Amino acid sequence: MSVRASRAGVVKANEAGVAARVFGGIRRKPLGALGGALILLLVATALLAPAIAPYDPLKIKSSERLQPPSASHLLGTDDFGRDILSRVIYGARISMLLGLGAVAISTLLAAVIGIISGYYGGRVDTVLQRCIDTMMAFPGLVVLLTIMAMLGQGLGNVILALGIGGTAGNARIIRSAVLAVRENQYVEVARATGCRDWQIIVRHILPNIAAPIMVVATLGLGVAILAESSLSFLGFGVPPPTPSWGAMLSGSGRTFMLQAPWMAVFPGIAISLAVFGFNMLGDALRDFLDPKLRGGPQRRT
Amino acid sequence: MLLFPTMALVTLLVFSIIRLLPGDIVTLMLSEQGYAADKAQLERMLGLDQPFYRQYLTYIGRVLQGDLGVSFWTKEPVLEEIMRRLPVSLELAVLAMLVGLVLALPAGIFSAIRQDTWLDYLFRSGAIGGLSIPGFWMATVVIVAASIWWQWVPPMRYTPFTRDPVKNLAQLWLPAFILGLALSASVMRMTRSMVLEVLREDYVRTAWAKGLSETVVVTRHVLKNAMIPVVTVMGLQLSTLIGGTVIMETIFVLPGMGKFLLDAIAWRDYPVIQGINLFLATGVIVVNLVVDLVYGFLDPRIRYG
Repeated sequence: MSVRASRAGVVKANEAGVAARVFGGIRRKPLGALGGALILLLVATALLAPAIAPYDPLKIKSSERLQPPSASHLLGTDDFGRDILSRVIYGARISMLLGLGAVAISTLLAAVIGIISGYYGGRVDTVLQRCIDTMMAFPGLVVLLTIMAMLGQGLGNVILALGIGGTAGNARIIRSAVLAVRENQYVEVARATGCRDWQIIVRHILPNIAAPIMVVATLGLGVAILAESSLSFLGFGVPPPTPSWGAMLSGSGRTFMLQAPWMAVFPGIAISLAVFGFNMLGDALRDFLDPKLRGGPQRRT
Repeated sequence: MLLFPTMALVTLLVFSIIRLLPGDIVTLMLSEQGYAADKAQLERMLGLDQPFYRQYLTYIGRVLQGDLGVSFWTKEPVLEEIMRRLPVSLELAVLAMLVGLVLALPAGIFSAIRQDTWLDYLFRSGAIGGLSIPGFWMATVVIVAASIWWQWVPPMRYTPFTRDPVKNLAQLWLPAFILGLALSASVMRMTRSMVLEVLREDYVRTAWAKGLSETVVVTRHVLKNAMIPVVTVMGLQLSTLIGGTVIMETIFVLPGMGKFLLDAIAWRDYPVIQGINLFLATGVIVVNLVVDLVYGFLDPRIRYG
């Protein structure tokens, strides 16, 4: 009886601990919590798009062209009479798809390169690092434009270009994380007890570089969404009529900027909020996961 | 010298741009633009009738002599075309960098020495906000607002600095400011975290213990050491800066390198695309080398063998 009671007490204490930790986290990292909330909102919008969008995002209705925000169209309509709110809501799907796709490609490639480079070192490392140097020498947007010029337009190609474009920088960060982990004694012990390289990498290296990978991926999502909008502006983004925020903002949104500012303003706000959220969250994660930056500076008391 | 293998790889990559294109580029160019009379002539023009390594060596040989090929479109040497447009982009980039530094350094320093106060939150939110707003969108909003309220529109004709400095700066300050704003965000964040890191060093505690004033501790002990990595970040920002100039040149109709690249892509002018890529990559490598050397000069602990 007493055992059960005390166990219940422990469970309760743990629950209280989690709640306290969450609230404590929000209090200590208010900006990070704000970012997390924005991202939750974005994910929910993307998942629930068909349920919450009032209209079909692709439905053209010429009788309702360029209407200002009203009760029936909360954010107004565009030059084809399409409902902006519905397009912004569906745009969340495109942005998440783009971001996740690009980050998956760049993180995976970067992890493979970074781990091989950092773990094996020596000549392999030198060769891979020169390749990374080479990729980093080309300005990001110029690389994206050149890749898009080679591949041609399309959602898949945008994802591929953004993924390749983000690989080099991430590979470098992951490599330095691997270098730090490799020096630990438990890696040495694992090797001494006869573990194979892949076992050491999977069991000992990967779990310990998960934190920087998470930070890199979070920040990368924001970068990808922003880069897509730049590509769209320059005419190399997701082709119409797909409701991508970047395309809404830059194509006809710019043309009708004076007549119908709501066409460009709302997708612009959506992009900024999403990127803001990813940046805040990524920042907070880094502060939280990197013990060196935890806590305040030592000051005179 | 890590410079040589990297440069060799850069040239190889740039050289491969045409050859990596999916589909038969020669047929495409022949049908689309009529660059040459027949397929054989075009292949000779591009040097595609020779083995790969020969093509590459010929290319390297030409590049070393400053010959980046001839534009398919204007029939002029690519390097000359680039040089004509470089001053515009360079001026824009330098102005933007100045704006960025003037905004970023004070904000980053104050944010760090007043960590977790409302001032810190204000600057940091501002910086992340600056990173979150697409530059072209901000520029568009500014232009639209200016045309509504002051009936001001950006001039369609570019005035070089050498002809009329006042008119030139009047034209460039706005794109430079918008670009600098975006740039300042990341420099501010780097400055803040570097100052925070140095604030925890033992020698800073010693400085406090000696009873020095905050001004002295911050300027003499903290900034001196915190500024070194910031120099590197400035070098790394070059890449972002070049991307930004492409966009600003498009919006403000400035005849720079970025506009040139976009036109070349639209016209499928491959020698120009190759030339600009090579030129920019070389520029980035050289600037980062200079930054590394400056780094070694600023921090005597770092020496290059």
